[in-house]
Amino acid sequence: MAEAAIRLEQAGYRRSALVEWLTTVDHKKIGILYYWTAIVYLLLAGFLALLMRIQLAQPNMHFLGPKTYNEVMTMHGTMMIFAVAMPLNAAFFNIAVPLMIGARDVAFPRLNAFSYWSFLFGSLLMWSSFLFGHAPDAGWFGYANLSSSRLYSAGPGLDFWDLGLQVLGISSIAGALNFFVTIVNMRAPGMSLMRMPVFVWMVLITAILILLAFPSLTVGLFMIMFDRYFNTNFFNPLHGGDPVIWQHLFWIFGHPEVYILVLPPMGIISEVLPTFSRKPLFGAPFVIFAGIAIAFLSFFVWAHHMFTVGLGPVPNALFAASTMLIGIPTGVKVFNWLATMWGGSLDFKTAMKFASAAVWMLMIGGITGVMHATVPLDYQQQDSYFIVAHFHYVIFGVIVMGLLAGTYYWFPKMYGRLLDERLGSWHFWLTFIGTNLTFFPMHFVGLDGMPRRYFTYAAETGWGSWNLVITIGAFILGLSQTLLLVNVVKTLRQPAAASADPWDGRTLEWTIPSPPPAYNFAVIPTVRGRDAYWIEKYGDGHHTPAATDTMQRREVHQPRHDNPGHSLLPPGVHLPKPSWWPLIVSAGLTAMAAGMIMHGTETLGPLGFPIVGLGVFVVFFGLLGWHFEPAIEHEEAHVSQ
Amino acid sequence: MSHAAGHTLPAGEHTVTGISHNRLMMWTFLASDCMFFGSLIWVYFAYRGRYFEGPYPHEVLDIPYTSVSAAVLLLSSFSIVMALTALEHADMRGFRGWLLGTILLGALFLGGQYYEFITFYHEGLTLTSNLFGTTFFVLTGFHGTHVFIGIVWLLVQWLLSFVGKLTPAHVERFFVTTLYWHFVDIVWIIIFMLVYLMPY
Repeated sequence: MAEAAIRLEQAGYRRSALVEWLTTVDHKKIGILYYWTAIVYLLLAGFLALLMRIQLAQPNMHFLGPKTYNEVMTMHGTMMIFAVAMPLNAAFFNIAVPLMIGARDVAFPRLNAFSYWSFLFGSLLMWSSFLFGHAPDAGWFGYANLSSSRLYSAGPGLDFWDLGLQVLGISSIAGALNFFVTIVNMRAPGMSLMRMPVFVWMVLITAILILLAFPSLTVGLFMIMFDRYFNTNFFNPLHGGDPVIWQHLFWIFGHPEVYILVLPPMGIISEVLPTFSRKPLFGAPFVIFAGIAIAFLSFFVWAHHMFTVGLGPVPNALFAASTMLIGIPTGVKVFNWLATMWGGSLDFKTAMKFASAAVWMLMIGGITGVMHATVPLDYQQQDSYFIVAHFHYVIFGVIVMGLLAGTYYWFPKMYGRLLDERLGSWHFWLTFIGTNLTFFPMHFVGLDGMPRRYFTYAAETGWGSWNLVITIGAFILGLSQTLLLVNVVKTLRQPAAASADPWDGRTLEWTIPSPPPAYNFAVIPTVRGRDAYWIEKYGDGHHTPAATDTMQRREVHQPRHDNPGHSLLPPGVHLPKPSWWPLIVSAGLTAMAAGMIMHGTETLGPLGFPIVGLGVFVVFFGLLGWHFEPAIEHEEAHVSQ
Repeated sequence: MSHAAGHTLPAGEHTVTGISHNRLMMWTFLASDCMFFGSLIWVYFAYRGRYFEGPYPHEVLDIPYTSVSAAVLLLSSFSIVMALTALEHADMRGFRGWLLGTILLGALFLGGQYYEFITFYHEGLTLTSNLFGTTFFVLTGFHGTHVFIGIVWLLVQWLLSFVGKLTPAHVERFFVTTLYWHFVDIVWIIIFMLVYLMPY
């Protein structure tokens, strides 16, 4: 093999590290870019949350003031959802999915890079609103006509929100197209749909949800844009416009969005629990079909966000019923996870701690969810801190904890090193205590009538003491996340000594070295069942374990490469070629959005449309360049030495 | 060799389904685009009849005129199939001819839409005149944008065919373009029926 392969750097492929990251189309590197960008945003948006908690710690505080509070609240919500949770999911799509299905990369490696750069530029565009003193301030769901009328929201804040979200939406749709095609088309031989790991299933379902749910948001955002820029009357009641139309469009997107966020972490939990229980996932087909049922039902529940709008008793009753139905497949998942752990030989590594805690948090967040599916109860709870408690149990308790489980679980595949378990344990327990100390008392103040989004409250309400507890909890939660960073720094200073299969794993990513070489699999594996690697190692009653080399055992013994990008290429393996075009097209797209924002301002208005035009120009010629560039390394790079 | 049945994969590409990555992505994208136009059409209907002032649809819509332009766009679906068939038979002259015809038909449709918009504008229907104007121009405008993007895409491929960058080996790539083009046509049939033909 050695004489057949050549060193890529000898063929003129040596690049500086910076250029390599800017032009990479390797899903593993794009995953790492996604991961760290989203973690930085997690800390930033978490910092915004702490600002709010200082403001609310006691009654009648004047730490932020109403205008800043609205901005901080809106940016916290918007960024946590679109720039933290979704990209962290995308990070694990990239890090794990191609490895789990036995593929060498995704179906469209350059489109994958485009998704990342559009996410980065779109989110930077939104963050930059703070620099101009006009951050969005209409809440993360930007209700019209507060958001659509320049009368009610002057300044470019909502333009940043509207156009920034459009760029992020294009990024998400591109990513969803890519992973849908990758999963459907690129599975290793033998991996039928029902043999796919459950995480891959959840990614597939999520991709479909993104593709079908985001267009509704796109249309709504265009309507807001037209109202703000061209004085149309979509949401202007004086001319017959109806702000409730925005609520429909937003929540037809917004409720599936909840499952876009939570299904991938549920997939991670479904991988971590069996691995550390040393049992197969209990009733895996049920977990998969429960995911499909959740996704299907999620398109028929949106109006439960609108019970108090006045749609009438019949729509409210129907949407209450469909919402309660979602409790069934969610319950199926919880029971299957519990049954997976039941009787297993449990090994509470940090990943396992986070995953099993997430199951518990899902029970609390899920039960309160069924509570406000009940219309009369919702009348009481609407827009109170009870709702804030509910969705933070799901978003932090399940989604972020699930993603942290994924971090500890797949870190060896990212960096070839195992995160420190002692620090990890501290990280987990402080996060767990912080989460519950922050979000559980919100139920109490919510039931006591404390409304969400208000920047302060009177002393007579008696909410001060619980709010102080919540603030203390929030600081424990926020500060404990630095333990993750400490752990990462400490771990990365050690040599990359993790074995290919440190957890005695079940799926294909553990058959190849940690971190994997650029080409992932020298030989594409053949899959004989779900838990493909486990069957080869231990058999499953139907199959006997493989004696030696059928899976990638010999790969495990391959020499380790410090720089996987420059490793030896096995014969016949063609790697995608690094490319500047994704970065350029994303920049053009973001210039279009930035130009529109400038057009809405007084000082920079005349520059707006020229910059939009420049963006269109860059996108068009960027796509042409993309088209002309060969997608894979030239044949001559494979000429043997 | 039927292009619908013949899943000709590009060289070096192996897929589980036998459908090329590009083709599968286009089908998936079109599913997403269905939701995009579905949302726009839903908004049009949500506001239908809630027009506080004129001009009203029956005062401005010219059904015979738009029937002709709809027929022009439909014809372009025929000509693009002929272009695809020519490419499959390695008939580059036929391919270029039918493709140019498709581009011209698409451009004729867009020109017709432009003329229609200008006429409505002179009759007092603008983006801001009433909710009919708002929803009508945004819905048909987004469709026009789709047609425009399709024309640019076809034009690029037409030019590429002269420099040997679009050859019978690229038939799969061109097939994917035709999927998009047919989709844009179908959307127009739906818009034409719902916006123009449904009695107001």
